[in-house]
Amino acid sequence: MKHYSAFAVAREALRYHTGWERAWRSPEPKKRYDVIIIGAGGHGLATAYYLGKNYGIQNVAVIEKGWLGGGNTGRNTTIIRSNYLQDPSAAIYEKARGLYEDLSQDLNYNIMFSPRGVIMLAQTQHEIRGYQRTAHANALQGVKTEWIGPERVKELVPIINLDGPRYPVLGGLWQERGGTARHDAVAWGYARACSAMGMDIIQQCEVTGVRSQDGRVVGVDTTKGAIDCDKLGIVVAGHSGQLAEMAGFRLPLEAVALQALVSEPIKPCMDVVVMANTVHGYMSQSDKGEMVIGGGTDGFNNFTQRGSFHHIEETVRALVETFPMISRLKMLRQWGGIVDMTGDRSPILSKTPLGGCFINCGWGTGGFKAIPGSGWGMAQLMATGHSPLTEAFSLDRFKEGRFIDESVAAGVAH
Amino acid sequence: MLILNCPYCGVDAEETELAAGGEAHLKRFGPGSSDDEFHDYLFMRENPKGVHFERWRHANGCGKWFHAARCTNTLEVFGTYTAQTSEPPQDIKDAIAAKRPGWTWREFS
Ligand SMILES: Cc1cc2nc3c(=O)[nH]c(=O)nc-3n(C[C@H](O)[C@H](O)[C@H](O)COP(=O)(O)OP(=O)(O)OC[C@H]3O[C@@H](n4cnc5c(N)ncnc54)[C@H](O)[C@@H]3O)c2cc1C
Ligand SMILES: [Zn+2]
Repeated sequence: MKHYSAFAVAREALRYHTGWERAWRSPEPKKRYDVIIIGAGGHGLATAYYLGKNYGIQNVAVIEKGWLGGGNTGRNTTIIRSNYLQDPSAAIYEKARGLYEDLSQDLNYNIMFSPRGVIMLAQTQHEIRGYQRTAHANALQGVKTEWIGPERVKELVPIINLDGPRYPVLGGLWQERGGTARHDAVAWGYARACSAMGMDIIQQCEVTGVRSQDGRVVGVDTTKGAIDCDKLGIVVAGHSGQLAEMAGFRLPLEAVALQALVSEPIKPCMDVVVMANTVHGYMSQSDKGEMVIGGGTDGFNNFTQRGSFHHIEETVRALVETFPMISRLKMLRQWGGIVDMTGDRSPILSKTPLGGCFINCGWGTGGFKAIPGSGWGMAQLMATGHSPLTEAFSLDRFKEGRFIDESVAAGVAH
Repeated sequence: MLILNCPYCGVDAEETELAAGGEAHLKRFGPGSSDDEFHDYLFMRENPKGVHFERWRHANGCGKWFHAARCTNTLEVFGTYTAQTSEPPQDIKDAIAAKRPGWTWREFS
């Protein structure tokens, strides 16, 4: 792998950019790998990367049915924060946020991490109490957040309307080092680094079956033939239920569509991320100037990556009250992703009933921010059989009643 | 937009008139059941990529709960039927089997 640097840009400028090489190889699958990861989204690629980097396990394949980063990783609104309430969540999301800080250097790939700050607006008395509680919990967890009043909100977001008739802004939970990153670049950066370690990223190859012997996984069937492995990681977000069925177990989750949309580009007007959880809407401005808008999930099971129009209509209607200036913006694009929602709205990172087979799923509407931390913990779990980061997120927590109930705690996702 | 026919009032209701209520035909388990049964009842959903049976309420209409058979992969609706039943009526099963050869009730999707 050739190193990216200012010097490389200058060198290539002098020779008509003929010296750039492909960022990753596109090999045909080998007969056997030590580890196979299914799904080349951010979580699968990060898992492979830290398996190689932290544990020296480099005979690894990442198998992807479409193109890498084409699932939810390339469809999300890129909000990064770690202001959760429950300790296990704070630990893994803050680990991830910390890794994002110098991920560009680590991967030698500009993922455009922009810690511009995230505000979660309190628009009801209930939210005021909830966020103050979260701020106290974060202080104990060592996650830097702060409760701020409406004046400070207005200072940070001049375009906001504090006294909307239905949804007044009463304050907010502020995380200064939260922000955004470029989603594609996160997938591409990890993919390039994995490929440089000699790992195979096999795109356009769908896993169609999981092969096992005496209760242990021995390989997978794919559209490019059978491939053997010692250990298997299933990291396929919305399709986790289908892969689990192939591996002979079931998962406590359901797949639904989550949508987002962007406006025409306008001049810089908002340099923080604002989330309004009461109305299920949030917004940030991309580097291109587009307002990036997202909302809540659609109501019913869906695998089509298309959502219902009235959901985005509701989101935008509510946001217009809080940001009157967006009312005349044209919306350019709208899209959907299939997110995997668990009963307690927390992810599953776990061993499974099939020996040697691990699963990482259930990130639902909010897993982009977690990619580095999830990969870190998942690699530890797969390499050593145990990880303090993932322990609380095991599959058996539902049977044991050990929920990590962020749905009640945070009241929202993303 | 999803359009479902309410079997009670006969109206073709569009999604904004309806409230989704999750998977249909769950068997309830309560006190006295095993841990596994209770766990499955609370958390395990079929979540098929394909034929799905679900509960809907005609919320901004007659207000009644009914059932729908729908494909989560194509958004095709096979039919709707009343909620006073523990499994889909034969005509709904036939309609699904005609369009999804090989499909059988409770062979998930
Ligand atoms: C509209 C939207 C907005 C969001 N906003 C945010 C946000 O602001 N902040 C945040 O933190 N999170 C957000 N999320 C959530 C976030 O996108 C996801 O949690 C995260 O990207 C999941 O990553 P992943 O790697 O697990 O899954 P994915 O990126 O979906 O990757 C899974 C991959 O598995 C592949 N696959 C599936 N089946 C097979 C098979 N049989 N064989 C081979 N490959 C297979 C798929 O093709 C896919 O590429 C949002 C999601 C959506 C949809
Ligand atoms: Zn009705």
